[in-house]
Amino acid sequence: MLRSRTGLTTLAFIGVALACLPFSDLAITTLNPWQELERLLYGLLTPDLTATNELFTAFTRTLAYAFTGVALGAVAGFLLTTVFSSRLVRAFCAFIRSIHEIFWALIFLQCLGIHPLSGVLAIAIPFAGIFAKVYSEIIDEADPLPARAAPKNTRRLLRYFFTQVPEAWPHLRTYTAYRLECGLRSSAILGFIGLPTLGFHLEAAFSQGYYSQVGALLLVFYLLIATMRLWLRPRLVPVYLAAAPFFLGEGMPIIWGNVTRFVTQDIVPQPLREGEGWEGLQPWLTDILANQALPGIWNTLLLTQMALVATGVLALLAFPLISTHFAGPVRRTSGHVLLVIARSTPEYILAYILLQLWGPSMLPAVVALALHNGGIIGHLVGRMSDEVPLRQGAPTGFNRYAWELVPRVYPPFLAFLFYRWEIIMRETAILGILGITTLGFYVEGAIQEIRFDRAMVLILITALLNIGVDALSRRIRAWLRLKTRPTCEA
Amino acid sequence: MAILAVNDLSASYGGERVLGPLSLSLASGERVALVGRSGAGKSTLLSLLYDEADASTAFMPQDLGLVDTLSVFHNVYMGQLDRHSVLYSLCNLLFPLKKPRREIQGILDELGLGDKLREPAGELSGGQRQRTAVARALYQQGSLLLADEPVSALDGPLARRVMAALSQAYPTSVIALHDVDLALAYSDRIIGIQDGHIALDEPSGRLTTADLQPLY
Repeated sequence: MLRSRTGLTTLAFIGVALACLPFSDLAITTLNPWQELERLLYGLLTPDLTATNELFTAFTRTLAYAFTGVALGAVAGFLLTTVFSSRLVRAFCAFIRSIHEIFWALIFLQCLGIHPLSGVLAIAIPFAGIFAKVYSEIIDEADPLPARAAPKNTRRLLRYFFTQVPEAWPHLRTYTAYRLECGLRSSAILGFIGLPTLGFHLEAAFSQGYYSQVGALLLVFYLLIATMRLWLRPRLVPVYLAAAPFFLGEGMPIIWGNVTRFVTQDIVPQPLREGEGWEGLQPWLTDILANQALPGIWNTLLLTQMALVATGVLALLAFPLISTHFAGPVRRTSGHVLLVIARSTPEYILAYILLQLWGPSMLPAVVALALHNGGIIGHLVGRMSDEVPLRQGAPTGFNRYAWELVPRVYPPFLAFLFYRWEIIMRETAILGILGITTLGFYVEGAIQEIRFDRAMVLILITALLNIGVDALSRRIRAWLRLKTRPTCEA
Repeated sequence: MAILAVNDLSASYGGERVLGPLSLSLASGERVALVGRSGAGKSTLLSLLYDEADASTAFMPQDLGLVDTLSVFHNVYMGQLDRHSVLYSLCNLLFPLKKPRREIQGILDELGLGDKLREPAGELSGGQRQRTAVARALYQQGSLLLADEPVSALDGPLARRVMAALSQAYPTSVIALHDVDLALAYSDRIIGIQDGHIALDEPSGRLTTADLQPLY
């Protein structure tokens, strides 16, 4: 079994993750981590719902940013599918989606200021890149026969809109609804860098030790995501979309002079700005590479590889909780609740909470990434395991798990895991903003020193790293002959 | 005058030849029925003929090529997608306009689908779906019809009504039919296909049901 391609790949990835351990700082540094955790759990059990006004604003803003951003991204992504056969467009989409929403927001906050547009664009741009890719994949899978049955001289665009798009429409809709959930999470965490969404209130409550307020914010957020099916009705979507822009809030006015300065001066590399020309550029770049990019890349890779394996382990342990092949409705329900909580809490919020509890090291980041991503993959694998038909008299208990289910769900499990590799890396880079020395740490540092040129170089490097991992993951998936439908992956 | 002529046409599937080589010429005003056992190569031949045919050809494949998520109106409207501007057609995609709606309603009434204009094609029965594809071909008003078993899911009288409508709208056609009586009734020339080759090519008037039996 271990000699198969999947077995070898698994062993290799576990080996790499183990090799990462000695280089990583995984200590718990707070004096009394469990007491803090206790207080947090107590806060979750005694949520303070009295600050209704603030709660309401936090949630309408979070929803409004998500709806507007995702809608803009979906429309732009859909329009991009009409030209997606162009290599240039594909590269452009890969590039804009490789930069995390938080990085986009950091960029826009510098030039547009704290304005709703900063948050909306930060969501819309990377989402447009993702939508363009996945929409194209879905539309390409449409039955080609209706397009052939249309008259020969039909224009390509009409053929596209009358045959391919309607064929794919139900899948496009499901996928967009799913992405809205992701958009809600993105919108929530934009608050951590100053926009007025959930994260903003969460950070404020946390820093003041108001754990009951933290509890209220988190519980309402879970409720919102868990009940999405009830309130996200196709007929209500136009209403939400029309209302969303009015709930974004005012923000500060945009100073266009700042925008111009940002684009024409701030992000131009310093040596070029000061007329040192290309000779000055080389030492400048070398400095960034040696002192920021390389340590950042090294730590990003360490954290990503450890988190990836931890995610896999957790997903494999978690999926029996919701699988119908194991008895017990009580356990399944609690399993569902656990997995919903794990997957609807953005890894950024999890990491933020764990960092508060355990102190700064890579451990909170690994656990946060593993919990969130393991929750997602565990959910998908659990649902997939329900479709495995077991023969009568199949073994029960651990033997059923080890001999009947895991071997069957292992290939799709690996596919999901490799698909999330790039996503985990995107997140890993971002967690640097919380103080773990991944690439985001250096980006945030450069921004605080008002060296936007450096920040841009580092963001570009992060993007390239993501694109590289994405390509590698695709190669590995092809080598392992793994296939998954795009609708249930991203 | 030949409206469609092919020479040494052949097709392979998985390295195995399934059709031809065969040559065929179709004169304007000729209604051809393709007959033969299933798997003989009729569908492949029609599909290849469609590749060679000119732009005003209507094609009705055996699997119909309907868009299940769109209404009957839209599926029929597709027959004239090449005649209207992009903007006009996109308008009709969002809000069916009066003129095409009236024209299509007329065709549907004739085919006994009058009450299905707004129904999604995916919710129709097999026979209704087939008539929707027929309506699309009728609405297209091309110069040549290539149809693959257009009435296989319809019962006797309805099948005849649909065949009559098709032959009235298309004086020139190649239609694959497994029903020998229909083939004799609605064609001037019969081509029998056997193992990918033309085994028989005669005017319909000279043939009887018994002459076609060896093909099956």
